[in-house]
Amino acid sequence: MKRFIGFVKKEFYHIFRDRRSLFILFGMPIAQILLFGFAITNEINNVDIAILDHSKDATTKEIINKIAASKYFSIKQMVTREADIASVFQKGHVKAVLNFEKDFSKNLIKEHKATIQIITDATDPNTANTISNYVNAILQQYQKEVNKEIIIAYQIVTETRMVYNPELKSVYMFVPGVMTIILMLVSAMMTSISITREKELGTMEILLVSPLKPFQVIIGKVFPYIFLSVINAVVIVVLSIFIFNMPIQGSLLLLALESVLFIISALALGILISTISATQQTAMMISLMGLMLPVILLSGFIFPISSMPIPLQVISNIIPAKWFIIIIKGIMLKGVGLQYIWKETLVLFGMTVFFIALSIKKYKIRLE
Amino acid sequence: MSDNKVIQVEGLTKMFGDFTAVNAITFEVEKGEIFGFLGANGAGKTTAMKMLIGISNPTSGKAKVAGFDVFTEAENIKRNIGYMSQKFALYDDLTVKENITFFGGIYGLSRKKIKEKSDALIKELGLDEIANQLVGSLPLGWKQKISFSVSLLHDPKIVFLDEPTGGVDPITRRQFWELIYKAAHLGTTVFVTTHYMDEAEYCDRVSIMVNGKIEALGTPKKLKEQFNAANMNDVFLKLARG
Repeated sequence: MKRFIGFVKKEFYHIFRDRRSLFILFGMPIAQILLFGFAITNEINNVDIAILDHSKDATTKEIINKIAASKYFSIKQMVTREADIASVFQKGHVKAVLNFEKDFSKNLIKEHKATIQIITDATDPNTANTISNYVNAILQQYQKEVNKEIIIAYQIVTETRMVYNPELKSVYMFVPGVMTIILMLVSAMMTSISITREKELGTMEILLVSPLKPFQVIIGKVFPYIFLSVINAVVIVVLSIFIFNMPIQGSLLLLALESVLFIISALALGILISTISATQQTAMMISLMGLMLPVILLSGFIFPISSMPIPLQVISNIIPAKWFIIIIKGIMLKGVGLQYIWKETLVLFGMTVFFIALSIKKYKIRLE
Repeated sequence: MSDNKVIQVEGLTKMFGDFTAVNAITFEVEKGEIFGFLGANGAGKTTAMKMLIGISNPTSGKAKVAGFDVFTEAENIKRNIGYMSQKFALYDDLTVKENITFFGGIYGLSRKKIKEKSDALIKELGLDEIANQLVGSLPLGWKQKISFSVSLLHDPKIVFLDEPTGGVDPITRRQFWELIYKAAHLGTTVFVTTHYMDEAEYCDRVSIMVNGKIEALGTPKKLKEQFNAANMNDVFLKLARG
């Protein structure tokens, strides 16, 4: 035990004396959560649009006022000719142009039908889609108000209710994802680097010649990172509660336990990486390419797994992060207990055991 | 088996696939001896040494180190030996004192013992001024001396040195060898690999490895007579050229 404490102490010296690893450990989680929380967002706010109004009558004015009043759009300019539309887009600020047809009011009254053309800049398809949906929603709303007195024979009214994240805040979606990335990064990359560093410097050999058993060396090396990862997880949760007002619906204890399970699986992956790489650089590249990319792309963090092609959906199953994201989204947003996520937990647990067994086996082979 | 033989090796062999890195070597080392293990790069010195210190499994043969079998009692061997690798493995980002404390700790020395040892070591090497400096800032010669002293912290019966003096000037090398003499004088057996032939002259006995086999073994004096050479360098050249 005393040996172990001495070992862990030495490991902390390494971490605290290296500015780079300190930055990755503590700067990155905070920076990422703030970045994802504030800058990267799926919502639209104050998007610049332009209006081409061919009729300029009471109805179009009313609609334009409604759109201008919403917080989603701000009307940047009025266009007078169709030919100008292209140049408006080319300048780049305006993301959409609303084109009201001629005699809008008249058509509405006479033919019960008038047309607005929504032209969006689809260089960013997501934003384009969102803009057109929002405009449609505002128009629907307006129609309803106007049609209040008129009785229509059939009408299907859809009433949408978004549960668990009623305000559709994208930060709610990002927090579990960022937490997953950070824990993966800190646990897997930092441990694999710190183990390969000893190999590179030749100190690993000295440790193996000492009476310490290989597993003692490994546990001594990963223990500090378990501790630091847990601190990171706490920092992320605290930030998301106090800065982004994200409610944690479920049990904090369950969240903590599941996080520790995920941390251990990431550490085992880190050890595995360290057994197959000879230098710190290789370890870093393997961690980044082999772990970070799948975590970002295939875990369902940003891109929904259900809309991926079948082969990728199958592959996504072997990524521990996928299961962890399902688990913590469940706990954080839906407030579910273990009875709803035991299957995912079991999968993650199985993976962890598998990675640990594999890394122990690999580690022994390396000693031959 | 006699108590005086601290290393006994018989027909020790290591194969990597079809390649025989160490080919049936046989030798003995006595207590308190400085045993030079010579050979060109790639002759199999380091592989042979790794088998003796228990981090590489021999393919066949017999070997006992400090009275323990390398096949079955590697853990006991580790407790009784010190090891200094080519890379003088100290931690650059720890101070001299922290390194001493750490390595004393993993060998299970008590805190009191570590304090005693590190004070004695600092005094002996004249490290007062640099004891709290990071090892990374010290010159290579210093690192080697400290590394050697650290490998002796737990009073091992045998200390294995793998090319301990690479990359430093002859004066620093000479100083290093004075430390080796001192340790040997106190009863520690020193097993040292080197490819500096002037260092071979300092050893009590040397063995010369060529292509995995021990081709010559004896005191430097005897070997020079045997090969009719003026110095160890000539002995080595004659052997290497066949």
